[in-house]
Amino acid sequence: MSNFSKLSPKQFAAIGAEFDAIRNRVLADLGERDADYIRTLVKRQRRLEVGGRVMMMIPPTWPLGVAALSVSKILDNMEIGHNVMHGQYDWMGDPTLNSKNFDWDSADTAKNWKQTHNVEHHTYTNVLNRDHDVGYGLLRMSTEQKWEPRFLANVPLTVILHTFFQHFVAVQNLKLEEYLIYKTKTGAQLKEDFKPVWKKMRKQLAKDYLLFPALAGPMAPLVFVGNVAANLARNVWACAVIFNGHFPEDVEQFPESVLENETRGHWYVRQLLGSANFSGGRLMHIMSGNLSFQIEHHLFPDLPAHRYAEIAPEVRAICEKYGLPYNTGTFLQQTLSTWKRIFKLSLPTRGNGRARLQPVTEEAPLRMAA
Amino acid sequence: MIATSRNTSFLSTGLRRVLGSRVVAAMTTPHGVDRYLELFDPTWSVNEVRAEVTAVRHPTADSVTLSLRPNGNWQGFRAGQFVRLTVEIDGVRRTRCYSPANSAHATDGKIELTAKAHANGFVSRFLREQARPGMVVTLSQADGSFALPEQRPERVLLISGGSGITPVMAMLRTLCDEGHAGRITFLHYCNAARDLIYAEELAEIAARYPNVELLRGFAASEQCGELQGLFNREQLAAAVPDYAEASTFLCGPPGMMKAVQQLWAEDGIAERLHLENFTAAPVVVDSTNAEGDVRFARSERLAANNGATLLDQAEAAGLRPEAGCRMGICHTCTCRKLSGRVRDTRTGQLGEEGEEDIQICVSVPVGTVTLDV
Repeated sequence: MSNFSKLSPKQFAAIGAEFDAIRNRVLADLGERDADYIRTLVKRQRRLEVGGRVMMMIPPTWPLGVAALSVSKILDNMEIGHNVMHGQYDWMGDPTLNSKNFDWDSADTAKNWKQTHNVEHHTYTNVLNRDHDVGYGLLRMSTEQKWEPRFLANVPLTVILHTFFQHFVAVQNLKLEEYLIYKTKTGAQLKEDFKPVWKKMRKQLAKDYLLFPALAGPMAPLVFVGNVAANLARNVWACAVIFNGHFPEDVEQFPESVLENETRGHWYVRQLLGSANFSGGRLMHIMSGNLSFQIEHHLFPDLPAHRYAEIAPEVRAICEKYGLPYNTGTFLQQTLSTWKRIFKLSLPTRGNGRARLQPVTEEAPLRMAA
Repeated sequence: MIATSRNTSFLSTGLRRVLGSRVVAAMTTPHGVDRYLELFDPTWSVNEVRAEVTAVRHPTADSVTLSLRPNGNWQGFRAGQFVRLTVEIDGVRRTRCYSPANSAHATDGKIELTAKAHANGFVSRFLREQARPGMVVTLSQADGSFALPEQRPERVLLISGGSGITPVMAMLRTLCDEGHAGRITFLHYCNAARDLIYAEELAEIAARYPNVELLRGFAASEQCGELQGLFNREQLAAAVPDYAEASTFLCGPPGMMKAVQQLWAEDGIAERLHLENFTAAPVVVDSTNAEGDVRFARSERLAANNGATLLDQAEAAGLRPEAGCRMGICHTCTCRKLSGRVRDTRTGQLGEEGEEDIQICVSVPVGTVTLDV
């Protein structure tokens, strides 16, 4: 039974008010500290990028160069790009850190990302048929998704998804499965949608695989391989972090009916039940773009992410108060749990009703946490 | 890596061409070359005008004069024009308009801005209290049609009040540097002698150039300047009998500007008067007659109309639309009105119903208004 069914309307309203209070308090406190944080991070990322690209051209420093560029790309995409494009720093009024203008070092266009991620994924988190991140149209991630023979390839496809993550994300908004499998999208439509994507992809590919190798002269192959490695490192890491945020086994998915008359309180609880954290030190949090606080991120997607660590204890306390799970574990635990789900769902299993909602009665018994 | 001559252009033309090239653009995609240049020096940029504060003076108790050294992107200004200055205060960028007061021919390449810290002047107060040499600010290119015409008029009358002195000071200094032969009358009003921002320099100029006449009026003071009391017809006729023949440049507080404008209109010589609305007339918030709602369509917020400007109401609703001067000059806040009518706080004019672009900092809703914000 979904944890959703354990709460009464009054409790939903109370939870909504408590989360709103946290949000308003942080918003009122935003200032120089947050501006300094993101600017310092951007500076470090750009230094790593410049340093990495230079070191890659000199054989003895090649491994360092690959490491620096990998870290740079991860920071650019996660703690900077993902968070800036969420509008977390729009309040600064700085056009270079504004969600309207920012673009990232990824094959995906900022515009498409904001549509599939900010709009579809964050509004309809883990709602089947609405949140495209549930399987990316490629994988079976829920028992409520009807099994098709193509899902036998769940595990190898997940490996491929990790490997070419930036390009999968880039074409996510094209909804390829609608063209290839379900035939609900025409080739002409697909071609039109692909134009801006190809424009961005081309620039990214030219930069990493033509321009910088060419600049390295005789060291071109070294730089080419180094850039492949840096992109691969970023792809695998980003994909792993994102999977850990929504696909560990106990994370809930929801039927579309959940959206009917959904209140702010319901929305908060759905975000909470549809996300999972993983633990780690400060470096782990920064490298994962603070998506190690996926729960906090889904409750407050437009608060500066470095604030999540500070509000996490309060979020956890609210969960305990209302008997709601706060899904967290080590990175390894969450990864294993995710892969277990992917493996299980590659085989035909029927829905266990978990994603079906029970009608809620007024004053449902409050389950107190142990 | 980059040859700079910090006093003039910071990038030599060749280097600028390289940095602005398509190859460098492709190398730095998607962030752009400026995002990497600023790692080396916060004033380096291929596109933006940025400037370093080199000196800070406090000419009067409530004002501050900044000397700014702009980077090579600065294209200079015509005396009288303004720039948009952007500073960051507690993490938030704020933009305001200031008129450079220096001569357009200044050889040191610096820009001089003077701000008067009003009680509610958030940015000017910050500059007054916090500006230090070494601080880097962002500037726009010079803008505005209030400027000395290319063909210099022979007889010039400059009228200013309070901090409105800055653009006409630029005009006076520029004309003096050019060895202007015609007569120049500098007519300035302020509260007291101690509030006159360029007191010493004005006295020096008047002493050095026989064609420059300085007339000062102190409103709230026992020490009298050359003029008595506020601007009026008798006073003007006595002090500047040939005012109708002069090209007149006016900048000052709303009350004074209105009085001068009215006189020029009455005399049928309005086309000889050039003016800058330096300070916006205070918006009278009419909360009793405010009706309807303000709907912010994109952010799905709704607020009851309280009679304030749409920008103020948006901010009160927790939104942060882009805004700059907050007085209808810079057009940073321009956004799409989807429906409803607004009143322009500057002119009092009622706008059209329906979809149009409006400046929300000078627009007050009349009834329910929907904005694409």
